[in-house]
Amino acid sequence: MAVAVVVPTARRRRHGKGWVFHLVMSAITLLWVTPLVFVAIVALRSFDDISFHGLGSLPHSFTLDAFGTAWNEGNIAGALGNSLIVTAAVVILVLFLASLAAFALSRYPIPYGRAILLVMLAGNLLPPQILLIPVSQICEMLGIYDTLFALIVVQVGFGLGFFTFVLYGFMRSLPVEMFEAAKIDGAGDLRIYATIVMPLCRPALAALAALESTWVFNDLLWALTVLRTDTKFPITAALLNLQGGYTSQWNVVAAGSLIVAIPTAIVFFAFQKHFVSGLLVGVSK
Amino acid sequence: MSVTDLTADRGATRGPADRPSGGRRRRLSRRVSPVVWLLLLIPFVVEAAWVFWPAFNSFQLSFTKWNGVGAAQPVGLRNYTDMLSDPIFATALRNNVFWVVGFGGLSVVAGLGLALALNKPRRGVGIYRSAIYLPMVFSLAVTGLFWRVMYQPDGPVNIMLAAIGINTGEHQWLADPNTALGAILVAAIWRQAGYIMVLYLAGLKGCDPALEEAAAVDGANAWQRFRYIVMPQLRNVNTVIFAVTVIDSLRTFDIVWAMTRGGPYNTTQLLSTYMYQVGFTLVNLGYGSALAVVIFLLAIAFIITYLARATRED
Repeated sequence: MAVAVVVPTARRRRHGKGWVFHLVMSAITLLWVTPLVFVAIVALRSFDDISFHGLGSLPHSFTLDAFGTAWNEGNIAGALGNSLIVTAAVVILVLFLASLAAFALSRYPIPYGRAILLVMLAGNLLPPQILLIPVSQICEMLGIYDTLFALIVVQVGFGLGFFTFVLYGFMRSLPVEMFEAAKIDGAGDLRIYATIVMPLCRPALAALAALESTWVFNDLLWALTVLRTDTKFPITAALLNLQGGYTSQWNVVAAGSLIVAIPTAIVFFAFQKHFVSGLLVGVSK
Repeated sequence: MSVTDLTADRGATRGPADRPSGGRRRRLSRRVSPVVWLLLLIPFVVEAAWVFWPAFNSFQLSFTKWNGVGAAQPVGLRNYTDMLSDPIFATALRNNVFWVVGFGGLSVVAGLGLALALNKPRRGVGIYRSAIYLPMVFSLAVTGLFWRVMYQPDGPVNIMLAAIGINTGEHQWLADPNTALGAILVAAIWRQAGYIMVLYLAGLKGCDPALEEAAAVDGANAWQRFRYIVMPQLRNVNTVIFAVTVIDSLRTFDIVWAMTRGGPYNTTQLLSTYMYQVGFTLVNLGYGSALAVVIFLLAIAFIITYLARATRED
């Protein structure tokens, strides 16, 4: 075919302009990582060095003090613990509950199932602002205001619609024959869910877990809405507090932000494939 | 934050083809066991209690005056009419329009451009891609603080601008009402462009390369191939990205909160930050709810666009 002939020539032509491409892309990449590199340099400098030579000068000192200050006095250590608890609980609960709903909707002829699915998805698309005031009131009423439990519950509730929708699509694509075979063998609904559907959903669940864990870990708004006490803050809220407390100590602020950025960066690099496929759920079939 | 959520698209909902025919369905529907109903009901009730019920409450509260203690006073439409003469609301609304256009427009242009450049596999592409979408994993709060450091008067932004001949002196980017919102916008795009790039890369992967090659043989230049061959094939991705970006823009809160908290003099206030301040700092729950309802009403058209796409049978 003609196409097969064209491809090699096109490729050879691109090679010729390779250096322009690399020049431009290296410049953009460099520009892109500048903030990260600069913040890392600031975090490694001492306060005296910064106040004497200025923030933008080349470093004249090297110290990990700023990390220590942020970690201990800035309460980043405690906040990291809170964030890990909340993130683990939310990811497990939201994926579990969403998988139940998705299983029921995708595999059984629930009347108005499609409408129910869309209503659940719509709930997740709402701007969170419309929920903030009532959610904090409800938490006060239930006596869970200012607890990590409240933060977990509200994030589970808000995330459910999206994950139900995505898992529904995934379960829908599983071969029907497996279900029929299991049914003929006399397997009950719960057994089909636990022994057939869930194991098959493992790749989807991994992608969604990577995605949701960064979302929950990065959340700020819900934490500000249902928490009041500093010691219960997750890491993003604690970081903003740190910034308020160390206004002119940019090395401490920089070190704090880096500590907060590291866990999500690790998830990203460890699960890069999952992470990207999670983002792409549905965009390309 | 979470409007990444919106990337789920059609494809998740299959057409009627794999559904049982009408008659058979009716027979089966009687066989949905109570256990299965329970599986659906538990998650649904959780979402209803923490999403639908609070959303409904916001509508109710928006017609009242309430500071959280005692009973809420009904005031009819007063909160909404007050908005018309509230200068901060006007600023926030104007800023939000600027934000939707700026954030949406620039991040899409940047993301699409980068995706086109990095679409074909060649040496180094993986490194470029990773570097560009790395910021996406940082929270908006972290992004905000990174850039607060960058924007300090003696920080690298002023130094770099001076190096290329634009002398800004010790400009206070975030303290100057004229530059603060633009400065936040740059930080937000730094984080968003990689995300849009990933979506477009996926879209481009779905394009048929044979079509473009055929057009090249017929003498179409690069721009013509992009405009008439590639763009039409990206229609689905474009719709998703459009809806995602607009809804995301209306939700934007964290990065502004981390960088300026709406200041200086409320010049970087967006609807979301103003709503938060009214509701939680000033504890004016009725007016805050009314502002939330306005955000909801602005978002609803795009939510419906998105849902319509999600349901479309194809």
